[in-house]
Amino acid sequence: MPTHDVVIVGSGLAGMRAALEVCQGASVAIVSKVHPVRSHSGAAQGGIAAALGNMPPERTAKIQARIENGAVLPDEELNEDSILLHWFDICKGGDYLVDQDAAQMTAENAPTLIYQYERWGAAFSRLPNGKIAQRPFGGHQAPRACYAADRTGHALLHCLWEQVMKRSDQVTVYSEWIVLDLIIRDNICRGLVVWDLNTGRLETVHTKAVIFATGGYGRAFSITTNAFANTGDGIAIAYRNGVPLMDMEFVQFHPTGLYRLGILLSEGARGEGAYLINGEGERFMHRYAPTLLEKGPRDIVARAEMMEIMEGRGGGPKKDYIYLDLRHLPAELVRTRLPQISDLVTKFVGIDWSKELIPIQPAAHYSMGGIPTTLQGEVILDAQETLVKGLYAAGECSCVSVHGANRLGVNSLLEATVTGWAAGRAALAHSQQAELAPLPADATASAEAEVKGILENEGTESVADLRKTLQEAMTEKCGVFRDADHLKQCLETVKDLQHRFHNVHIRDKGQVFNTALQEAIELGHMLDFAETIVEGALARQESRGAHARLEYFDLKTAAGVRDDENWLKHTLAYRDGDGVRLDYKPVRIFKFKPIARKY
Amino acid sequence: MADIRFQVHRFNPETDEKPYYQEYQFTPLEGSTVLDCLNYIKWHLDDTLAYRMSCRSAICGSCAMRVNGHAKLVCQTQVKNVVRPDGTVRIDPVGNMPVLKDLIADMHGFWTKMQAVKPYLMPTQPPPSANQEYLQLPEAFRLFEEEATCIMCGACVSDCTSLESDKQFLGPAALAKAYRFSADTRDGRRHERLEELIERGGMWDCVRCNECVQTCPKTVAPMEAILKLRQMALKERLTDSIGARHVTVFTDIVGRRGILDERELPVRSLGFNPVKLLGMAPVALQSVLKGKIRPLEPPHKVKGVEDVQRIHREMEDGS
Ligand SMILES: Cc1cc2nc3c(=O)[nH]c(=O)nc-3n(C[C@H](O)[C@H](O)[C@H](O)COP(=O)(O)OP(=O)(O)OC[C@H]3O[C@@H](n4cnc5c(N)ncnc54)[C@H](O)[C@@H]3O)c2cc1C
Ligand code: FES
Repeated sequence: MPTHDVVIVGSGLAGMRAALEVCQGASVAIVSKVHPVRSHSGAAQGGIAAALGNMPPERTAKIQARIENGAVLPDEELNEDSILLHWFDICKGGDYLVDQDAAQMTAENAPTLIYQYERWGAAFSRLPNGKIAQRPFGGHQAPRACYAADRTGHALLHCLWEQVMKRSDQVTVYSEWIVLDLIIRDNICRGLVVWDLNTGRLETVHTKAVIFATGGYGRAFSITTNAFANTGDGIAIAYRNGVPLMDMEFVQFHPTGLYRLGILLSEGARGEGAYLINGEGERFMHRYAPTLLEKGPRDIVARAEMMEIMEGRGGGPKKDYIYLDLRHLPAELVRTRLPQISDLVTKFVGIDWSKELIPIQPAAHYSMGGIPTTLQGEVILDAQETLVKGLYAAGECSCVSVHGANRLGVNSLLEATVTGWAAGRAALAHSQQAELAPLPADATASAEAEVKGILENEGTESVADLRKTLQEAMTEKCGVFRDADHLKQCLETVKDLQHRFHNVHIRDKGQVFNTALQEAIELGHMLDFAETIVEGALARQESRGAHARLEYFDLKTAAGVRDDENWLKHTLAYRDGDGVRLDYKPVRIFKFKPIARKY
Repeated sequence: MADIRFQVHRFNPETDEKPYYQEYQFTPLEGSTVLDCLNYIKWHLDDTLAYRMSCRSAICGSCAMRVNGHAKLVCQTQVKNVVRPDGTVRIDPVGNMPVLKDLIADMHGFWTKMQAVKPYLMPTQPPPSANQEYLQLPEAFRLFEEEATCIMCGACVSDCTSLESDKQFLGPAALAKAYRFSADTRDGRRHERLEELIERGGMWDCVRCNECVQTCPKTVAPMEAILKLRQMALKERLTDSIGARHVTVFTDIVGRRGILDERELPVRSLGFNPVKLLGMAPVALQSVLKGKIRPLEPPHKVKGVEDVQRIHREMEDGS
C-alpha cells in the first residue's frame, strides 16, 4: 500500500506548488487523473496578477482617479501599483463577498511567489528593461497581469513540472490515478481510495495529510471554456464525506468563449484593445461599463452580451451571439502578444481575424465556490470553522474565499499558487507532528460499491445522454441570468438525472484504461454538486457578482440589486439525505467597506 | 459533409493478441475536428474505445495521434482536411512508443528521456536583489521563446525517423527542451549540459529529416533547435565527439578539395580506432559498390575548387 506523509490530489498549479513546499521536509506524492502537464492550469492564457509595478509610471498614472471613495487608501500609495490597491481590487471585484484576510494574503504574497516562478525558470515575456512584462486586465486598476504571451498557464505549469522532475527522488507522481474517496473517520483524514486507470486496480493510499487540488467544475455546463477533466471530482468527494460546499452558486461566465465551442479567447484580447460588437455592428459596452468599456470585469461584460442578445441585437441567423473584433489591432501586436488566439481562431473556426469578426458567447469559466478552508488551506466543516484534521484544499476546488462573488481575471493562477503554497506549508507542518492514523477495515467499501454499481449495471441510460441533459439545463436555466422558475425546473432536472443515473449502463467492462467507467464516475460527481449550485442560486434572493437573478436586476440600468443586509454571507451547502441543506457563514470584512460596484 | 469511414486502431491487452482496425461510419457535423469524431464514436457508437484528451484547445498535449500515418493533435485537426479520396480517415496511436490500449501510448520512455537532459533552469548567479526577478532582455527571451511553447505531446517523437532505427536517441522533444535551457541567459550550466548531449544518443544523432519540424503542432521546430545546440557545442569547443568531428572534418575536406572524400571522412571522424572503423566496413563496401568511393583513385581536387573555397570563406565570415 502506498504510504506517504502527505498526498496531494491534482497536479495543476495548486497541486504542484504545494508539492514543492511539502518535499522540503516530508515524503510526498502527487496523485493525478491526468499527467501533470496535461492539467487544466496549462490552458490559462492571459496572465497572473501581482503588484510588481513593472510598467512605466505613465501607464499606471491614470488609475488614481478611479479609486472609489469607500476604499481606505493612503494618498502616497496612489501613484503606482501597490499591494493595497491589488487587495482593494480583489474585494471590489468580488462584490464584497470576499474574505478580506484571504484577499490580503493573496495580494501580499503575490510578488514573492511570482519571483519564485521566475527563479525556477518560468518563461515570462519581458519589458525592454528586462523585467517581467505586465499588462492591464479587467477590473484591475493597474497593469499587473504578468504574462508569457497568451500562454501564461502553460509557462507556469511547465515550470513547476520541471522543478518536480528535478526533485523526482523527493516527489512521487502517480499519473492517471483517479481518486474516488477520502478515508475520514472521527474527523481525521487517514487516506484515500484511488482507482488506477492504467490497471483498473483500487488502491488505498495511507497518509497523514491529504491536499485536494482537483480544480474546477465548469464541465457541468454545456458551453464552457474548461477541459474535459474539470468535473469537480474533489468537490463532490468532499461533499459526499460530509464537508459542506461554499458559495457554489457563484460560477463565472467568461464573455469571450468561441460560439458553440466555448473555447476561450483570452481577456488579453480586450486588454490589448479588441472591441465587442453586436449584430448591428455597434460597440455596445458604453451602455454597461461607461468608463472601462470592453475592459470591464467579466460578469458585467457577460451580462451585457446576454442583454444585447435578449434584446434582439445578437449576431448570426439566430441572433444568439456577439462578435469580438480584432481587425483594427496591428498584426505585430497580435503576433507577439496574442499568438495563441489567432491560431485558435484560424484552426477551430477557420476565421481570419484581420478581416473577419469572431463569433463569441459567454461560457462557464471559473468556479468561485468549492471546499471551504482557512487561510492555511485547512478544510472546515461549519461556520465555526471546525477542522477536519489532516484535510486541506487549494486552488480552484477550494474556497477560501478570495474571489467572493466574482473573480477578477488573472487572479486565479495567483490564487492556485498562493493557496497551494500555503496549504503545502501547513500540511508539511502537520505531517511533522502527526502520527499515521490507522485505516478502518471498510476503507474501500464505498468506492468498491461505486465502481461495481456502474460496471454491473444492466440499465438503459447512457452516460452521454444524461450528461448532455445536465449540461444543457445548467447553461440554460442556471446560467448568466437566473430566475426562480427556471432554477426550480433545473433542480427538477438534476434530481431526475440523479435518479436515472442509478440505471446507467456502460459496455466497457475491462480493467485497462476503462475511460467509459471514468466518464460515468465523473458524471456521478457532477450530478451531486450541481444540485448545490442550483439550490444555492435559488435561495440567494439578490444579484451579486456572477450571480444575477432577473427578479433582482434592473434591465434598464443593467444593474443588479445587491442586498447586503440579508445576503452578505457565504452559502454552505451540506448533503442531507437525498437533498441539500443550506447554512450560512459570515464574510470577514475589516478593511474596505462594501460600496456599490461600478466600473 | 458526406459519410466518413474511420479506421481506428484497436488493441485491448486484456483480450487481443494483436491490434486490428475497426471501422466506424457516420456523417460528422460541419466543422468537426477529429477529436469531435472520436467523441461521437465513444458517446454514441462504442464506449469501449480508449484515447486521451482533455483541453480540446491544443494546449494540454493529451491528444497526439497518427492521422493517416502522421502525428497530429486531433483536437485541432478539422476532419474535412484529412479525409482521403476514398472517404476514409485512419487513426493510430503515436509511433515510437508502446501501445497500452487502442489509441493510448505508453509515454514512460518519453519522460525518462526528457528527464535525462536536465530539463530545468540551473542558475549559478543570484538575481540582482532578493526581491526582484532576473533581468532578461526581450531579445534574450526570444532566443528560446518558440522552444518554450512545447506541450510535450510526443508528436515529434512519434514521427522521428532517427528514433525508428536508434532507440537510444534522446529524440526531438528532449533535445529541444535542452536547447530551451541552454539558450536561457539565466542558466549557468550550459557547458555541462552540452557536454552530456554530444555523447551517443544526443544532438549528433539526428539525421535531419525534418519530420519533427513538419509535425510539431506548436512552433518548436525541434530539428532547428538541435542544429542550434550543435552550433553551441562547436562554439564551446565541444568537438570531441564523432558528430562534431564529422562536421569539422567534412567542412575541412570540402574546403580543401572542393568535394567530399568519403575515404577520409570516417577515419578522421571516428579517430584511428580499428574496432569502430571495422564497424564501418559494410557501409564502405556499399559505398564502393555504388561508386561513391573509388578506392584505387588518388585523392583529387575538383575543377573550380577555388569557387568552393570562396563560398566556404564567405560562409565562415558571415557566421
Ligand atoms: C481556458 C482558461 C483560461 C484561463 N486563463 C486564466 C488566466 O489567464 N489567469 C488566471 O489567473 N486564471 C486563468 N484561468 C483559471 C485558472 O487556469 C484555474 O483556475 C487554475 O489553473 C486552477 O488550478 P488548479 O491547480 O486549482 O487546478 P487544475 O489545473 O485544473 O488541476 C486540477 C488537477 O486535479 C486533478 N484531478 C482532478 N480530479 C481528480 C481525481 N478525481 N483524481 C486525481 N486527480 C484529479 C487533475 O488531474 C489536475 O491535475 C483560466 C481557466 C481556463 C479554463
Ligand atoms: S486535447 Fe489537449 S491538446 Fe488536444
